[in-house]
Amino acid sequence: MISIDTLTKSFGKFTALKNISLQMQAGQAISLLGPNGSGKTTLIKSILGLVIPEKGTITINGHVVKTDWNYRAQIGYMPQIGRYPENMTIEQVIRMIKELRKDVKKYDEELIEGFGLDRIKTKTMRNLSGGTRQKVSACLAFLFSPDIYILDEPTAGLDPVSSELLKDKMLKERSAGKLILITSHVLSDLEGIASHIIYLQDGDLMFYKSVEELQIATGEEKLNKVVAEVIKKTIPQTAVNP
Amino acid sequence: MKTIVKYVLLDLFRNRIILVYSLILAVLSISLLGLDNNPTKGLLSLLNVSLLFVPIITILFATIYFFNSVEFTELLLSQPIKRNTVLLSQYIGVAFSLATAFGIGVGLPLLFLVSGTASLVLVITGILLTLVFCSIALLIFVSFKDKTKGIGIAIAAALFFSLLFDGLLLAFIYSFSDYPIDQAVIAILAFNPIDLGRVLMLLQLDTSALMGYSGALFKKFLGSASGSIFSIVCMLFWVFVPLLLSVRTFKKKDL
Repeated sequence: MISIDTLTKSFGKFTALKNISLQMQAGQAISLLGPNGSGKTTLIKSILGLVIPEKGTITINGHVVKTDWNYRAQIGYMPQIGRYPENMTIEQVIRMIKELRKDVKKYDEELIEGFGLDRIKTKTMRNLSGGTRQKVSACLAFLFSPDIYILDEPTAGLDPVSSELLKDKMLKERSAGKLILITSHVLSDLEGIASHIIYLQDGDLMFYKSVEELQIATGEEKLNKVVAEVIKKTIPQTAVNP
Repeated sequence: MKTIVKYVLLDLFRNRIILVYSLILAVLSISLLGLDNNPTKGLLSLLNVSLLFVPIITILFATIYFFNSVEFTELLLSQPIKRNTVLLSQYIGVAFSLATAFGIGVGLPLLFLVSGTASLVLVITGILLTLVFCSIALLIFVSFKDKTKGIGIAIAAALFFSLLFDGLLLAFIYSFSDYPIDQAVIAILAFNPIDLGRVLMLLQLDTSALMGYSGALFKKFLGSASGSIFSIVCMLFWVFVPLLLSVRTFKKKDL
């Protein structure tokens, strides 16, 4: 579904991504891990076409990202920081995105109801807490039932109930054969959701393996233990922060 | 495009700064026009106030708005929409709302107190200046990643056009006063949208004593009609050149 070929990107002297090649398939839930500044967000933004790569190509279902902007119809994106025009209400934001996507007629409004956003839909964005804004972002990502989800720190800032609700939704979408790409520092939140793990460090791809494979290799059951173990073994460095 | 413009406007027309800006302009217009029985004097004072306030407020507001909506821009760009469409819609939204604020704040009082061609030209001048400085703000936004730096450049640009440029021009005129530099001065004036606005208005008022050196030059060399056309065309260049440059830069920008 997503195919990345020798992707390189640098900002000035700093190389954010070095020669990354990856294949991601439908039905996978990939957890993108790495310390701060390891290139996770740059990778996500390259897939979305927000960052323009220097070298290499990204192909999504046969569409080349660089030339063909229509591929973004297949992606639901939830940004790390959701900021919206201050004076718009929740209702207006959702209606705007719907109006921008005239090609879709069926909406998935499960999360809007689940989060109870329909009850506060006349509140303006400036009056919303960070967590509520996060909920709006989540609703927008899932609104059009896309084939690919890209979620940047989806559960950060959400209360436990909403976080659980979002996780259930992710599981449901994964079993429906969608591809989910998640970055999160809270590994316990990805327990039972992530099927594969990509680990980036300083712009290099350290490993890309399935969770089962890693569980067998390390003999651990819990995801955070597995990851900690693998990082200790494969990455020869002292201060690593998964 | 229409959808994004609609929602940007929906947001901006409820923006307090826009409302206050419009209100202050209205208060200034009414008081300045009411001060004197001579409408020309009132218009001139209003012109000076507009030339001072419109550029700096427009460029600051627009730059801050563009930088603050980076995350919103990202969200729009994650939808299947072209980059140009998103950028131009935001430009149209900001420029239109600021121009409307000026139109209401200055235009309405003028319509009731001193309606006439000169008043109309003053409103057009203000709106053109709004469009010009929004374009420059957009260019600053796409050229810099850092918000603080961008706002600094915006302030510098506004001060350059409203104060420094005229100072440099005066220095130029004094040091080359022995030479025939009249046409050169007209050419140099074209590089400052604020001066173009001033000339455009002064040609209408027909108060050559108040027009100053540049206004008199315009009248002498180009006549009222072609002088006005010249300044309007130059100002339109000032709108579209930065706009086109912004669109080109934005295509390659990393968000």
